[in-house]
Amino acid sequence: MAPPAQSQRSPSPSQPSGKSEVSDLKLQLRQLAGSRAPGVDDSKRELFKKVISYMTIGIDVSSLFGEMVMCSATSDIVLKKMCYLYVGNYAKVNPDLALLTINFLQRDCRDEDPMIRGLALRSLCSLRVANLVEYLVGPLGSGLKDSNSYVRMVAVMGVLKLYHISASTCIDADFPSILKHLMLHDSDTQVVANCLSALQEIWSAEASTSEEASREREALISKPFIYYLLNRIKEFCEWAQCLVLELVTKYVPSDSSEIFDIMNLLEDRLQHANGAVVLATIRVFLQLTLSMTDVHQQVYERIKAPLLTLVSSGSPEQSYAVLSHLHLLVMRAPYVFSSDYKHFYCQYNEPSYVKRLKLEMLTAVANESNTYEIVTELCEYAANVDIPIARESIRAVGKIALQQYDVNAIVDRLLQFLEMEKDYVTAEALVLVKDLLRKYPQWSHDCIAVVGNISSKNVQEPKAKAALIWMLGEYSQDMQDAPYVLESLVENWDEEHSAEVRLHLLTAMMKCFFKRPPETQSALGAALAAGIADFHQDVHDRALFYYRILRYNVSVAERVVNPPKQAVSVFADTQSSEIKDRIFDEFNSLSVLYQKPSYMFTDKEHRGPLEFADELGNLSIGEAANNVVPTQMVEENDKDLLLTTSEKEETKGSRNNGSAYSVPYDGSSTSVFASQTQIESAVSNPTLAGHSPQASFAIDDLLGLGIPAAPAVLSPPQLKLNTKAALDPSTFQQKWRQLPVALSQEISVSPQGVAALTAPQALLRHMQSHSIHCIASGGQSPNFKFFFFAQKFEESSNYLVECVINTSSAKAQVKIKADDQNTSQDFSTLFESALSKFGTS
Amino acid sequence: MISQFFVLSQRGDNIVFRDYRGEVAKGSAEIFFRKVKFWKEDGQEGAPPVFNVDGVSYFHVKVVGLLFVATTRVNVSPSLVLELLQRIARVIKDYLGVLSEDSLRKNFVLVYELLDEVIDFGYMQTTSTEVLKSYIFNEPIVVDAARLQPLGPAAIFMQGTKRMPGTAITKSVVANEPGGRKREEIFVDIIEKISVIFSSSGYILTSEIDGTIQMKSYLTGNPEIRLALNEDLSIGRGGESANDYRSSYGSGAVILDDCNFHESVRLDGFDMDRTLALVPPDGEFPVMNYRMTQEFKPPFHINCLIEEAGHLKAEVILKVRAEFPSNITANTVVLEMPLPKYTTRASFELEPGVTGQRTDFKGANKKLEWDLEKFVGGVEHTLRAKLTFSQELHELWFNSANIIKEAGPVSMTFTIPMYNVSRLQVKYLQIAKKSSSYNPYRWVRYVTQANSYVARI
Repeated sequence: MAPPAQSQRSPSPSQPSGKSEVSDLKLQLRQLAGSRAPGVDDSKRELFKKVISYMTIGIDVSSLFGEMVMCSATSDIVLKKMCYLYVGNYAKVNPDLALLTINFLQRDCRDEDPMIRGLALRSLCSLRVANLVEYLVGPLGSGLKDSNSYVRMVAVMGVLKLYHISASTCIDADFPSILKHLMLHDSDTQVVANCLSALQEIWSAEASTSEEASREREALISKPFIYYLLNRIKEFCEWAQCLVLELVTKYVPSDSSEIFDIMNLLEDRLQHANGAVVLATIRVFLQLTLSMTDVHQQVYERIKAPLLTLVSSGSPEQSYAVLSHLHLLVMRAPYVFSSDYKHFYCQYNEPSYVKRLKLEMLTAVANESNTYEIVTELCEYAANVDIPIARESIRAVGKIALQQYDVNAIVDRLLQFLEMEKDYVTAEALVLVKDLLRKYPQWSHDCIAVVGNISSKNVQEPKAKAALIWMLGEYSQDMQDAPYVLESLVENWDEEHSAEVRLHLLTAMMKCFFKRPPETQSALGAALAAGIADFHQDVHDRALFYYRILRYNVSVAERVVNPPKQAVSVFADTQSSEIKDRIFDEFNSLSVLYQKPSYMFTDKEHRGPLEFADELGNLSIGEAANNVVPTQMVEENDKDLLLTTSEKEETKGSRNNGSAYSVPYDGSSTSVFASQTQIESAVSNPTLAGHSPQASFAIDDLLGLGIPAAPAVLSPPQLKLNTKAALDPSTFQQKWRQLPVALSQEISVSPQGVAALTAPQALLRHMQSHSIHCIASGGQSPNFKFFFFAQKFEESSNYLVECVINTSSAKAQVKIKADDQNTSQDFSTLFESALSKFGTS
Repeated sequence: MISQFFVLSQRGDNIVFRDYRGEVAKGSAEIFFRKVKFWKEDGQEGAPPVFNVDGVSYFHVKVVGLLFVATTRVNVSPSLVLELLQRIARVIKDYLGVLSEDSLRKNFVLVYELLDEVIDFGYMQTTSTEVLKSYIFNEPIVVDAARLQPLGPAAIFMQGTKRMPGTAITKSVVANEPGGRKREEIFVDIIEKISVIFSSSGYILTSEIDGTIQMKSYLTGNPEIRLALNEDLSIGRGGESANDYRSSYGSGAVILDDCNFHESVRLDGFDMDRTLALVPPDGEFPVMNYRMTQEFKPPFHINCLIEEAGHLKAEVILKVRAEFPSNITANTVVLEMPLPKYTTRASFELEPGVTGQRTDFKGANKKLEWDLEKFVGGVEHTLRAKLTFSQELHELWFNSANIIKEAGPVSMTFTIPMYNVSRLQVKYLQIAKKSSSYNPYRWVRYVTQANSYVARI
C-alpha cells in the first residue's frame, strides 16, 4: 500500500503537488462511471493508473474513494486489481466509505473465476476496519473450503489478518481449528505453509491467556508433526522450507539416532543455492548436536565449504549476511577455521563493514602455524588508504601479539609501525606497545629504545599520548630523557585538552619521581600545582590525593602509586559469554548481524512467533544485560593505567554476577546454609539495573578502604529438596523447552573440585548427596556438561539445571529453570553451595 | 516476515511502496533514505545492508542504482530477507525485460500486481516467475533497452557497443515480440569472477574463482534440459586445506572446492557422468554456483616499478601483459593505483601509436587511472608516469622506499568474453525434443571478470 497523503514530503519537480490534478481526475472518473461505451475500460485503466501513481508518491487521493468504487463495476481484471489496491490503502482512513466496497467485494468472492475470488477475498481482509469484520467471516469460511488452492492460500492469510483486526471474531468463528485441519491435510504445500505461519502467530499470541493455545503451540514441535513436515520438505517452496526448518530447530529429538536421521534427511539442503535455506539448515544441525561434542565439531567441518561458497556467490548484501554468520562460528571455534585464513583476507574493494568482520576473523584464527602469514597480510592493510581499516589492522596485529606466546616477530612489526611516520599508525602502535609491555614486561628493553625516539609532539591522539606518558613513567629509569619529556608536557599543561592524558601525566610524574627524584622534583611540584588547580574533578582529586600522600610518607606513596606489578595474563573480553551464547542460540537471525541478542533491539510484542520467552524469561534476560555493565567498567579501568595490573586482575575476576565470590572452603561439613548467607549477599540483587553490587565492591577494593562487602539484609528463605525426586527424561526435555531461563550465572569451581572431576560420575554422586539428581551428562576434559534436576520437598515443583564445567578455567556455566520462579534464587544458592563442596568431602 | 517493501530511486523518491502489515510508521522510507545517505559524516563508509533505527530493521540491496528495501520489527533471518529482495528484483526484471527506474515507473501497476502475489501479510508466497505468470494480467510496457544498463551477471555481455548474439537477455518473459511469434532460445552463461592477490615479488598469495552457470530460457512447454560438464570434474578438495595449492595446474582435471545448485536441478546423473538435468523455470536463474581455489593461470601479469627521477620527482613504470591466447580480447580494462599523498602532478607517457587508452591523475584522492578499451591476448602494454611531489616535502623523507610505502597496490578490473580460467565447460546442452523440426537456438557463453585483482608493490 502506498503511504496515504498525510505525508509531508515537499513535491519535487517530477511530482505534481496534486490539488488540481485530483479534482480533475474526480471529474473524469465520474464521467466514465456509468459509461458502457466501447473502449471505456482502457480509459479507466489510464485514470486508475494515475490515481495509483499519485498514491505511491504520497499525494492524497482518498477523496476519489466514491468515484473509484463506482468505476469498479467491471469485468476487467486489471482494473479490479488496481481498484483493490486503492481500496486497501484508503479503507482504514475512510471506514464509512469502505462499507461501500463490501458489497462488490463480497460479490466477487463468489465469482466463478478462482483468480477473482482470491483477489476479492484478499482485498476484503486487507480493509483493516474493525466494524466491518462481521462481513469477513462468511467469505473466509467458504474461502477456506474453496476447491482452488489459490483461494485457500489467500483465505488462510485472511484468517491471520482477521485475527489482527479482531482476535475474538477469529477465535469465535473457530478458524484456528479449521486452519489446523488444513495444515494437516491440504494437498497444496503453500496452503500448509501459510497455515503454519498463521497458527504460529495466533497461538503464540493466545498462549499467555489460553491453556489450549499453548498446548497447540507445543504440538507444532511434536514428533509426528515435525516428521510430517520433514518428509515433504522438498515439496515446499524455498521460502516455506525456511519456515519448516526454523520450526525443526525447536524440536528436541529423543535420541541420537533420530538426530542422525534428521541430519541425513536435510543433508542436501546444504547444497541449496538459496543462502536462507542453507543457513536455516545449518542452524538445525548446530542445535541438534549441541550436546554431542564430537558430532558438533563434524558439523562445523561440514558447513565450512557451503558457507564459504555462499559468501563468494550472490550479491554483496547476501554475502555480508552469510559472512556475519561465518564470523560468529569462527569466533566460537577458531581452531576449526585456522587453515582457512586466506579466505578472510580483505579485498581492496570490499566495504568497511565486511573488512572489519574479516579482520576479527583473521585475529581469531591466528595460531602458531599461520601467524606469520596473517601478520604479514595485516601489515599490508596498515598502509591502506582506508584509514579506519588501517587502524583496525594494527590493532589486530596487537591482539594477535597478545594472544600468542612467540611474539618476537610481531613485536618487530609493531616497532616498524612506530617508524612508519604516519600519525595514526604511530598512535595505534603506541597503544599496542603499551598493552604488550603490560603483558610481556620482558620486551621493555627493545620497545623502550624505539619509543624513546618518538617525539611527544608528533603524538596528538589522547589514547596514544596517554600510552606514551604511561611508558615514560613506567620505564623512566631506562629512558634517558624521560623526566625532561614529562617536564615539557607539564609545562604545556593548559594546552592539554584531554583529562585522561592529564591524569596519566600526574601518575607518570609520580612514578618518575620515585625513580629519579632529583631530576623530577621541581616538575612534579609544577604538575601537582597544575593538577590541584585543574577544573576537572578527577584530575583535581588525584593531584590532591598525591600531594597529601606524599606529605604523609613518600615510601607509602610509592607503595600506593607504583607497587611491583604482575604481568597481565588475559585482557578482559568485551562481551560476556552469556551474551555470546544467546546470540549463538539465535543463529540465522538479525542478532548475529547486530551482534546483540534480540531482546536488545526488538519490542516485546515483536519477539517472533515461537520464542518461548514470557515475562519471567525476560527477567533473566535483564540480568544478562546487567552482566555487561561490570565488564565494561573493568574495561574502563583497564584503560586507566593508574591501576596496577594485579589490582586489575582482581577487578576482572569480580566482573561476573556473584560468581566471582568463591565460596570460602568449609572443611567441617556444616549445613548447606552456613555458607549460603555469604553467597546470598552476592547474588540476591543482581537485578539492580546498571549498578550491581560487584561494581561498587570493585571500587571499594581499589581504594583499599576496607569497607566490608554489602551486609546480608535478608536471611535466606529455607529451601528443602526432596531426596527421592524423580523425573523422566522426556518430561525433563519438555520442561526444559517450555520454561524460561530463571537464572544464569558463572560459578567458580574449587581446585579440589576440578581435581576430582576426572569423570562425570564423581560429580553425579556428590550432587545426589545434596538431593540434586543428574538426568544426563557427558563430555571430556576440559568440558563437561550436565543436566540436573531437583524437586522441592513435599511439592511437585521442579528445578532444572544445565551446568557446563570447564576444568581448565575452573568455571561452571549454570542455567537454572524452575516451575516456581520465585524460589529459583534460593535453589541457585543451594546449587552453588553444593557444587562448591565438590571434591572436599 | 516483513512489514513493508519499497523501491527508492537514487534521489530517494518512492517508486513503489507496499505496506503489508501496518506495523511500521509511514515515514519509514524517508527515515531509511536519510540514514543511508548520511551514514557516516565523512561519507567514506556506506551503510551496511541491514541496520536498525528505533526498533525497526531496514534491509536493502542495491540493484542498478535503485534501492530495494524491506522493513520489519521482528527478529527475522537476514539472509532470507536479502535473498527475497534480490529475488523480487529478478522477478521484476523477468517481467519487464529491463530493470531501470524508467521501466519501473512505466510499469508500476504490474509491479504492484507482482508484489501482491509474492508477499501476503508479510509472508513470502512465491518468487517463481513461472508460477506468478498465472496471476499477472498487466502487459509490460517495454522500454528501450539499448541505452540502459541491464541487471545481473549477464549484463556483461552487453558492454560497450559490441553486443553478444541475441538481445533476448532484455526480453520480457511475458511480452510478445513484434510479429507475435516467440523465438525459441536458451542462454547458458558461464560467468567466472576471479580474485587474485600478487605479492610484491610477483607470486600469487591467494587466488579464487567464483563461478556461476546462469540460465535464461525462452523455450515453450518447458522441455527437460541436460547440461554436461567436464567429465573429470571433481568436487571437494578432500582432506587438503583449501590453500594448499597442489600442482594440478596443467593436469587437466577441474577441481571445485564446493558448489551449490538451483532447486530445479536433479543430480541423479551427476556423480556418474557430470550431467545436470533440469526443467528450467521461466526467467533468469543460477543453475549452479561454484568456488575454486585450484591454481590457475592468471590472465594478466602486472609489473610495477617506482624509481626516483631527480629532485622531488619519481617515475612509475607499469607493465601489464595479457597471458591469454591472441584470438581473445579483454575489454573495459582499468588499472588503478594510489600514489603518495605528496604527489602534486603526474604526467603520462603511453606507448607510441596506441589508441583506445586513456590516463588520468585524480588529484583529490591521489590516484592514477589507466583505461584500456581493448586488450588483445599475448600483448604487453606499458605506462610511464612522471610524478612531481610537493615542495613542502622534507628532503629526508624523499627516497624510493618511502614512495613505495605510500603508493599502491595496483588494482585491475577487466572483462574477458569467451574465456574462462577454470576450464570448466559445458560439453553439451541437450534439449528434450518435441519433434524432429524442433531446434531452438542455444547460446553457451563464457566470460571472466575481475572481482578483486591486486598486485602489491
